[in-house]
Amino acid sequence: MKNQIDFMGKRKIAAVFSIILIVAAIASLSIKGLALGLDFTGGTLVEVEYAEAPNLENVRKQLISSGYEKLVVQNFGAATSVLVRLSEGFNDKVGLEVISSLSANGANVTLKRAEFVGAQVGEELREQGGLGLLLALGMVMLYVALRFQLKFSIGAVAALIHDVIIVVGAFSILNWDFDLTVLAALLAVIGYSLNDTIVVSDRIRENFRKIRKATPIDIINTSLTQTLSRTLVTSLTTLLVLTALYLVGGEMINGFAKALLIGVLVGTYSSIYVASNVLVLLGVSKEDLIAPVVEEGEEGEGEFEEQP
Amino acid sequence: MLNKYPAWKYILILMALSLGVVYSLPNLYPDDFAVQITGSESTVVADEQLQKRVLSKLNEAGITVLQSNLDERNLLVRFDSNETQLLARDFLKNELGNDYIAALNMAPSTPEWLQSFGAGPMKLGLDLRGGVHFLLEVDMEKALSQKLNVSISDIKLEMRNRKIRYRSVVIEGVDGLKIKFKKSEEMDKASSLASSKYRNFTRRTLEVEGEYFLVLKLSEQSIREIEDYALKQNLVTLRNRVNELGVAEPLVQRQGRNRIVVELPGVQDTAEAKRIIGKTANLEFRLEAKPAENKRNYQQFDFKNMPGRTVLLEKDIIVTGTNVSNANAGFDENGVSQVNIDLDGKGGKMMLDITKRNLKRKMGVLFIEQKSELHKKIVDGEEVIERRNREIRHVINLATIQGAFSNSFRITGLDSSAEASELALLLRAGSLAAPIYFVEERTVGPSLGQANIDAGLLSVQIGFGLVLIFMMVYYRTLGLIANVALAANVILLCAFMSMLTATLTLPGIAGIVLTVGMAVDANVLIFERIREELRNGMSPQQAIHAGYSRAFVTIFDANITTLIASVILFAVGTGPVKGFAVTLSLGILTSLFTSVVLTRSIVNLVYGGRDIKKLSIG
Repeated sequence: MKNQIDFMGKRKIAAVFSIILIVAAIASLSIKGLALGLDFTGGTLVEVEYAEAPNLENVRKQLISSGYEKLVVQNFGAATSVLVRLSEGFNDKVGLEVISSLSANGANVTLKRAEFVGAQVGEELREQGGLGLLLALGMVMLYVALRFQLKFSIGAVAALIHDVIIVVGAFSILNWDFDLTVLAALLAVIGYSLNDTIVVSDRIRENFRKIRKATPIDIINTSLTQTLSRTLVTSLTTLLVLTALYLVGGEMINGFAKALLIGVLVGTYSSIYVASNVLVLLGVSKEDLIAPVVEEGEEGEGEFEEQP
Repeated sequence: MLNKYPAWKYILILMALSLGVVYSLPNLYPDDFAVQITGSESTVVADEQLQKRVLSKLNEAGITVLQSNLDERNLLVRFDSNETQLLARDFLKNELGNDYIAALNMAPSTPEWLQSFGAGPMKLGLDLRGGVHFLLEVDMEKALSQKLNVSISDIKLEMRNRKIRYRSVVIEGVDGLKIKFKKSEEMDKASSLASSKYRNFTRRTLEVEGEYFLVLKLSEQSIREIEDYALKQNLVTLRNRVNELGVAEPLVQRQGRNRIVVELPGVQDTAEAKRIIGKTANLEFRLEAKPAENKRNYQQFDFKNMPGRTVLLEKDIIVTGTNVSNANAGFDENGVSQVNIDLDGKGGKMMLDITKRNLKRKMGVLFIEQKSELHKKIVDGEEVIERRNREIRHVINLATIQGAFSNSFRITGLDSSAEASELALLLRAGSLAAPIYFVEERTVGPSLGQANIDAGLLSVQIGFGLVLIFMMVYYRTLGLIANVALAANVILLCAFMSMLTATLTLPGIAGIVLTVGMAVDANVLIFERIREELRNGMSPQQAIHAGYSRAFVTIFDANITTLIASVILFAVGTGPVKGFAVTLSLGILTSLFTSVVLTRSIVNLVYGGRDIKKLSIG
């Protein structure tokens, strides 16, 4: 095959690279853990009433300079009423401490209530979420196994797990807040990673059927080369959107954009190197895909022709 | 290869697009600030009289009203600003008293011609626009006494079954029972029964003036468990009730030891929400007292629908609403409203036991409501509004037990189908283990302020714009066609979400971003394939045909796989996971349509049916 980039020639290097990333991610996750956001950890909730509507950004800065971390400041009902959520566990004094640091600049602030917040992601959500993810993985594996072949579904799921672990690991290593928006981004990463991998697998399947004489590695290289421009263009357009989200989107979207940026980069890499690498590792061959000969675009209209 | 579509295909596509435009249009009209007034009972309906009263009172108070609408049961009064809205709410709350609920609301200002299509705007989540916030408190003492009452009935039954002769069983303190015996042997038997069957109690025996007492006290741990259970069951019940309200991503969360926060993003009907959530109804099934019964063993109750009529019911409770596993409103053979009730296993056993032994006696159904009312009081010359809780007990049904029954039976004698369905709704959603009271109700401001939302939206627009520019530069004419499809995709997605009244949250926007990415991806796949076929020497017409048909398999597989994952996430996920899954699933379907069918139709329109030398594809 001409004009083919020898992707698989570097597959051992890629494998080592992936393994290093995954080991680093898992190590950081088990040693440092995730900096879970308030959504997951709960914390203390303090509601204060200002005599005059304050600037929320200033309120936040005041609290941060008083040594509070991971806090959420929001209006609550009226412009003069401010809700502060802190990661500190509940004790009777937190409310008064917040008041004293907020009124340090002479503002007229009164405490309305200070209470404990339970974790937003309850037991049910965690159980159901976990079950859902496993079920989704299982169903996807099943579909890919039926449409393609078991080796492809192992490849797809490996790429998916690879991407998710690395994104979560990055959040752990960089000490970024893992909140509900990041969880949502993670789901988006799953979708993106799957999509990318399937596109590549689809071309591999097509080439296995079309190209008679070639080694599996050759066929994979050809397929990767053929889909490379598409892979790059799609990643580029997605990255364009995400960069805009990251730079302009403001604090609310920041974590989300970061997670997806990493996810798309890793997902692009994994669609080239992880899924295909697993295929080579599992010894994918022509025989795996010989079964139903259906020409693309004309499904269910296969014709039988007598061989001359 | 002519690449022509028949006219009917274009007509269908145009129809789909215009439907999309119509149903997504309402999102462009901003919501009005409004106060919604609803009756606090299902029988109290907001009518024209109320409308006149409210409008004249607001007029007197100098509060300007934009518009007021009356629908089936609510009165909606619109104002021009948030401040007027808050002012009017507080004013109306005072004026209308306890018969009506006045709640803050955002009313869509969809024009009438769009409303006639049934179109309305999407709801925004609490994180994007705010919503309602309730703080509820669980009555833990009541939880304990309810548990003790059930234990009393249970212990009495056990002792009768074992022929243990007792004089009386009463509640002692807040967490104990006291059983009186004539003989110490009977007490010992009961004590050993308690030690084997009622381990959650600590036992103590007493002898006072020749009478023997067995005092059972709930252990510290089981009190904790009961409280925890009461809170958890209330959480589950509230979640179910909130779900019945049709709120997409509600938050029902424990706060502290005995409080529950309920946040309902973008709720339109806050008054309804408050009524359904706050109305803690419970049922008790009790036998009618025998004529010659000892006065201490029965209580007198009024009928709910028949003023003046009363009935005497035994104090023993057969089952309570806690044992109710399902309830449905329906009609009997004569078209009269009824509620069909299913009991859980334990309740069914109790019911069978009682009905078997009490054929032809009457059984009463007691409906218990907790209401919190506002009372004005003058303290030290100042007017103070005080919240008082009142328990209202009415008999809603008294009927003769015609045959023994256990798990499944029905209640008749309800006023209207509205009342029947309301009762069924409350029962089905699970009866509360302990009553809950509202201690706070507020509307929540968007979580990080308008500036952040604006920044978020701006960034989505910039990102979208960048993609459009890139596609146009990279794929020329075909890129332009893909851009039309991309815009159509967003419109269709908004239309679908509006039709389903889905709630748009930040995770939902994530779904849209991914959808935009994937919709582009489908076109990138097609266009790259066309370029490839052109390089392989196909004519432009052939290349278009081959490009679309070959790329379709890939697009189909990739989308179906993602769709499977997102549908499962939707089925088992809750909260933000669900919101994300909805947008993603819908986005996959709409993007399949726009990026394959729509772009093809435009490509056919531009290039089809003629001889072309060169394709403008970059």
